[in-house]
Amino acid sequence: MSRIVSENVVCTFCASGCDDLEIAHDGHKIESARKGCAISLSRFASVEENRLLKPLVRTRGILRPTTFAKAVDKAAKILNSARYPVLYGWSQTSCEAISKGVELAELVGGLIDNTTTSCHGPTILGMQDVGESTCTLGEVRHSADLVIYWGCNPIHSHPHHTTRFTVFSKGRFRKARKDRKLVVVDVRRTDTAKLADRFVQVQPNGDYELLTALRTAIKGEEIEQDSIAGVPTETVEEIADMMIDCEFGALFFGLGLTMTAGKHRNTEAALALVRDLNYVTKFVIIPMRGWFNVTGANEVTTWQTGYPYAVDLTQGYPRFNPGDTSAIDAVARGEVDAALVVASDPVSHFPRAAVKHLLEIPIVTLEPKRTPTSEASEVVIPSTILGIEAAGTIYRIDGVPLEARKVIDPPVGVRSDVEILDALIDRVKSLRGRR
Amino acid sequence: MPELLIRNGHVFDPLNGIEGEKADIFVRNGKIVEKVSRKARVLNASGMTVMPGGVDIHSHIAGSKANCARMMRPEDHSKDPESKTKCTRCGVGHTIPSVFTTGYRYARMGYTTVFEPATPPIKTRHTHEELNDIPIIDKGCFPLFGNNWFVMEYVKQGRIEELAAYVAWMLEATKGYAIKIVNPGGIEAWRWGRNVRRLDDLVPNFDVTPREIVRALCQVNSLLNLPHAVHVHPNGLAEPGNYQTTIDTMECARDIPMKEHPVMHVTHVQFTGRKGWSWPDVRSGAPEIADYVNTHDHVSIDPGQLIFTNVTWMTADGPAMFALFKLTKTKWFNADVESETGAGVVAATYKKSNYVNAIQWGIGLELALLVKDPWRIFLTTDHPNGGPFTAYPRVISWLVSKEARQKVIDKINKTAKRRLDLGGIDREYSLHEIATVTRSATAKSLGLRSKGHLGVGADADIAIYNIEPTKVDPAKDYKSVRKAFARATFTIKDGRIVVKKGEVVQDVQGRTFWTRPRVSEGTMNLVTKELESKFDDYYTVRMANYPIEERYLVASEPMTTSTEV
Repeated sequence: MSRIVSENVVCTFCASGCDDLEIAHDGHKIESARKGCAISLSRFASVEENRLLKPLVRTRGILRPTTFAKAVDKAAKILNSARYPVLYGWSQTSCEAISKGVELAELVGGLIDNTTTSCHGPTILGMQDVGESTCTLGEVRHSADLVIYWGCNPIHSHPHHTTRFTVFSKGRFRKARKDRKLVVVDVRRTDTAKLADRFVQVQPNGDYELLTALRTAIKGEEIEQDSIAGVPTETVEEIADMMIDCEFGALFFGLGLTMTAGKHRNTEAALALVRDLNYVTKFVIIPMRGWFNVTGANEVTTWQTGYPYAVDLTQGYPRFNPGDTSAIDAVARGEVDAALVVASDPVSHFPRAAVKHLLEIPIVTLEPKRTPTSEASEVVIPSTILGIEAAGTIYRIDGVPLEARKVIDPPVGVRSDVEILDALIDRVKSLRGRR
Repeated sequence: MPELLIRNGHVFDPLNGIEGEKADIFVRNGKIVEKVSRKARVLNASGMTVMPGGVDIHSHIAGSKANCARMMRPEDHSKDPESKTKCTRCGVGHTIPSVFTTGYRYARMGYTTVFEPATPPIKTRHTHEELNDIPIIDKGCFPLFGNNWFVMEYVKQGRIEELAAYVAWMLEATKGYAIKIVNPGGIEAWRWGRNVRRLDDLVPNFDVTPREIVRALCQVNSLLNLPHAVHVHPNGLAEPGNYQTTIDTMECARDIPMKEHPVMHVTHVQFTGRKGWSWPDVRSGAPEIADYVNTHDHVSIDPGQLIFTNVTWMTADGPAMFALFKLTKTKWFNADVESETGAGVVAATYKKSNYVNAIQWGIGLELALLVKDPWRIFLTTDHPNGGPFTAYPRVISWLVSKEARQKVIDKINKTAKRRLDLGGIDREYSLHEIATVTRSATAKSLGLRSKGHLGVGADADIAIYNIEPTKVDPAKDYKSVRKAFARATFTIKDGRIVVKKGEVVQDVQGRTFWTRPRVSEGTMNLVTKELESKFDDYYTVRMANYPIEERYLVASEPMTTSTEV
């Protein structure tokens, strides 16, 4: 096949959903990628690295190549015989695959959870307490004259965020950098902080305190202390005035808020701060979600079960009680007796107590690449990389859905998550029928 | 697909003028036919009421704001779980049911078609994902146009033909069904925390008025021969005194030539039919609005009836939601959508003892009872704003029985009771009129020729209710009527029995309707070029990635219209 340049390709790395990439390829192999950030370009450059190409099943302690049908059969038997299986991952695959995941979880009576549980779960819990004033990223680009990054470092995590949506972007009502103010709140001077008009260095785990002080200040009440979480009170009042005086403010926050002391109380305070600001001006808040479809995982699970993550389907109806029905907790308590991992690597990312138990139970992994989780699995079924070798729906940080397209053919014999899950569902159904 | 013979039921088919007469209905290949073979399965419907499947014109069942509401309200679901069965998926209620449960609960009530009335175009892919997943019922969605930058610019320039081509492009791109306007111009003003309250106020930065936007889109609707009227949620939602803006909005499109259906449908009027200057002195504007509708045939309305229960407010009207949040102080969700629209969600509770809630309840019923022509008023609760759709049987009982209404009137806020005309209205709907406002009139208004009736060639979407119309007097036996409408004895969708005795027995896939207006190539090329030149300036999504391809819809049902553009 001759050289093709695919345009307007949707990037499937972070949840910014850049959809303007240009990929040169011959239908099988990527030659070069353009317009993406450094992370995106390296993702396209490393498609072939470390790939899983054959289904693997552990026999006599060693993962050995086998046929797709045998791998699916073994995986289905593991899930079907488990009393409390967990189906985990989902944020790096398509909504269509996640939908199949919910179906499978319902079928086997398991717990389905996505990576939200270890990143922005507290954001959702905060939102369930106070709500959220948000918008799509284009609104920030057009209107925001004040941008705040709190506990996040988009220059490294979402490299095109500032140029496409915030301070360096060109919108209808804000044309250039000078039309906007940038405030960064973080525990250290990050590369994003270096771009800021004001950098506010908060003490580690002092976010809740600072957010509460800001809420106090914007209500016009006096702060008695001289400093709040390491920030001089004058600075707090100055930032509060910047917030009140802007025409359209946007607060972006990351794991520096959600995964530090206070967790969902932090996010609740941030959400309440932004809500309160709407009494005096226009203000929005947007979490800096990580993986390209972690938002989609929340959306699909919500419309199908009513709950965004940590959904327990063992009783035949959905239950949601994070801490009880969240994957990490259920695994760490030793209750889970089998795991299906789709497009994630919990053995690397879970806390030690959870990993310890995970290594004792059978794991079925659907993954394009070798990971510590795949190495620890009973069954490994290689899958395609979404947005490069398979098409599917994904959701941006702000809930805008996009269709990630297929650019090149996957390696021979490698199937998409949807196809694999379909086969698993069929096999589990036939096992149940036989019973 | 087996043939069906529905024998000896009392058939209510208002579009064909059949009013409770005993008749047999024949079904083959999902359609109503003249005759079936002897092999047909026979359903004995003697002593029962047979109607076309229900058609809901306005119910927020899918899309980004419905899902945000679900996400924000776990407390709403935990009380109302729905277990899986042999043929159904599990889910949750209550005010914002998960998708599977939505389809099942509609089907149990004998409804077979439902339209989602507000979808932000750029997020409509999400709406379709959910619509795809809603089982049994047919569906469609109305994209929002009333605050769209391209629309306001074409309106400002007075280029109606180009605007029409743009709307056609957008309907095709989003697989949308009709034009929806919510708070024209007001949501654009909400970008700066403001609102546009009256029909002639200017939209900031765009130099157009809501009147100009509404008129232009009504003209476009006519040029494109769209199957449904322009579906309007006027300015000033929920504010005291807004009934005049509602009447002004209806009046502004009076001179636009009407074709097969009214030019404008004004929705959930209970929220925009309020007289008075402040909350303590809110009164019902229903008599004035009903009077206007009774004397002008270019409009139809639906009440968005209030139910005294927990509800979730959700609308594209961001500023109205914030204003209401300031009253309830519960939890508030807001989501502005770039260059197009917005959305708001608030958790709320309606109480009989609350003066304003009681007036709202009265406005809805007064509208339904004072508008004389049942072909221009439809039953809705603006689910889940006025109440969940599962409350329709309760609304039906209020419509058919003065006694049922009186029972509630006796319990509501005393001042509201005194100030409402409702107690003095004697009208009671017949079953025929109920069939009209819940299926035939809505199907007609939506331009769905194969729905809402049981004539030969119609889709075999049929509801059978356990009501013996010759023996039951709905005005007195309203409780049994309510029970019957809550649990259809049979619901038949495309000729297949999906509900038996109020329980789902078969899970089938419904279709998604959308409109494809055929616009001349010249105008379309011109408009596409203009879009290309501005798209990257207006959106953060490339134009190439914006349209939803038809294959995305699991069961696509396009309706092509020939246009004058």
